[in-house]
Amino acid sequence: MPTTGNPVLNLSVFAVFVLITLYIVYRFSSRNVTASDYYAAGSSFTGAQNGVALSGDFLSAASFLGISGGIAAHGYDGFLYSVGWVVAWLVGLLLIAEGLRNTGRFTVGDVLAFRMRQRPVRAAAANATLVISFFYMIAQMAGAGGLIALLLNVTSKWGQAVLIAVVGMVMVLYVLLGGMKGTTWVQIIKAVLLLLCVTMMSIFLLGKFGFSLSGIMQQATENNRLGDAVLDPGAKYGFSSTSKLDFVSLALSLVLGIASLPHVLMRFYTVPNASEARRSVVWATWTMVIFYLCTLVIGFGAMALVGTDKIAAAPGGENSAAPLLAFEIGGAVLLGIVSAVAFATILAVVAGLTLAASASFAHDVYANVIKRGNVEPRREIRVARLTAVVVGFLSILGGIAANGQNVAFLVSLALALAASANLSTILYTIFWRRFNTTGTLWSIYGGLGSCLVLIIFSPVMSGAKTSIFPDVDFAWFPLGNPGLVSIPFSFLCGFLATIFSKREPEMDGKAAEMEVRAISGIGART
Amino acid sequence: MTKAMRSPGEAHHEYREIRGFASFDDPDALSYVDSDGRPNFALIQQTDEFRVLRRRLTTFIFPMTALFLASYLTFVLLSAYAKDFVSTKVIGVINLGILLGLGQFVTSIIITLGYARYAKRRLDPQRKLLAEMTGVEE
Repeated sequence: MPTTGNPVLNLSVFAVFVLITLYIVYRFSSRNVTASDYYAAGSSFTGAQNGVALSGDFLSAASFLGISGGIAAHGYDGFLYSVGWVVAWLVGLLLIAEGLRNTGRFTVGDVLAFRMRQRPVRAAAANATLVISFFYMIAQMAGAGGLIALLLNVTSKWGQAVLIAVVGMVMVLYVLLGGMKGTTWVQIIKAVLLLLCVTMMSIFLLGKFGFSLSGIMQQATENNRLGDAVLDPGAKYGFSSTSKLDFVSLALSLVLGIASLPHVLMRFYTVPNASEARRSVVWATWTMVIFYLCTLVIGFGAMALVGTDKIAAAPGGENSAAPLLAFEIGGAVLLGIVSAVAFATILAVVAGLTLAASASFAHDVYANVIKRGNVEPRREIRVARLTAVVVGFLSILGGIAANGQNVAFLVSLALALAASANLSTILYTIFWRRFNTTGTLWSIYGGLGSCLVLIIFSPVMSGAKTSIFPDVDFAWFPLGNPGLVSIPFSFLCGFLATIFSKREPEMDGKAAEMEVRAISGIGART
Repeated sequence: MTKAMRSPGEAHHEYREIRGFASFDDPDALSYVDSDGRPNFALIQQTDEFRVLRRRLTTFIFPMTALFLASYLTFVLLSAYAKDFVSTKVIGVINLGILLGLGQFVTSIIITLGYARYAKRRLDPQRKLLAEMTGVEE
């Protein structure tokens, strides 16, 4: 019998739990949201509700499965993810949340094009959103596929590819059939479930070891080949000067990229005013701190009770650490519940991502660039749905190619892209008066382009045993994460392009309007 | 919502930075909003009230950003380049690096709560003042 219990039992607990959560979500969404406030839920959520939803957007499969798996496999080096994810909130809180909320309406393009020439900037912002969301979706699809493969105990690569395709199609279908309007409620319910789940597991684990984190870690070292050294930095990184740089690069992408993700940025629009946006970030910080403390316990707990070798050999690889731990301490029932919560997590995040991607294409590219603002709402929504299908299809293909990689690592690539394309541009446009259209286009395309090129020619794609295409070698960039190069490069591009281009004529006082609105919030809804 | 009570000392401080309600006599004061009801943002941008708000905001967020980035990068760089130092065992097998990492959690909470408090006391009243003076609502 496989080590992860009976597939039929696993799957039925899982299915019952998914159905219950989806029913709750359906009830909530049909009661609270009307068709007219499709993109931003009518800015009707309170700070606390939105805060929980906001943390729901962050607590993706990557956080739950990937980070606990990263810690279970690499100890200290996995812990870096937890720290980066928490500190990244401060970027959102201090620099982005309120200014963005006060100047935008639905998409990142709204803010970036606010005082610039509309069509090129909107198109650029939408391109960046699509690329970032695509990379983020790949990670979610790979995570979902691995999870179901673990539940059904499917070990062949082809079988897992079919599972990823089926799961991906189910998710896209769910989004298309009207699930999108309930995304915020999906996030709230799922975030609460996930938090309860990880807190319970952590308390149980700590209790088992006499409430001593040191005790858990002590036993963990006995189930890892590296022994004591797994508690020190360098289990995954740090053996050479290149890999040390890679570690720093990853750390930079984490802290700067998370608050630049399009679907997280969009979440700041669902509150009625700037102080609610701030309150929601404060709420999210608390949930975040609790959650990532728990990932530390769960990660080392999985290493202690399941063992690193067994996790690496399971379907889904490192990503299976948390489900395997659940099976170890709570049998098939807890495995089913944890998997269902993880699946609901992925579903909710995919829904949010699809919403961000299709909104940016339909609202920015189709309605504002192609049709120049003359478009019926029904056609815009049809275009949005079509975009969702295309993005979903492409990310299923990507998810199959990336199957078996740690999903937190895959997400870190999306984060590098987000930080490179969005962060520099948003900060410049809010805080630097001289910044102009040329600068905007250079910082978006410079950051996005350099980051994409460096990912394609990195060891992640080719040239190493763990690459997506291990049989060919066209890698010349040594780092697995390009953030260290591409993020400063986008700041530099934006700066130089602005300095060396002509001052733009003032556009109907748009620059003054943006500054006053971003900083004071007055006139933000006129 | 209940209205927050201002302590006398704070109130005094706030009023020092207002140009004064006497500006109601000033014909300019009426033109913060044009005849179509659109706010005149260029004019609002020039007011002292707005400048005070902008200064209060930037003097908090930029130094704080520098602070937390420096603290985070210290943790990261020590982990990458001072392996022996962060591997020092402190409590049982828990080493200095893990504690430094957990320290980032603590600083994040402190900065978040600090900003929430600062915004409530120093930014929100000034925003309200600006909104009342210009007649432009949020």
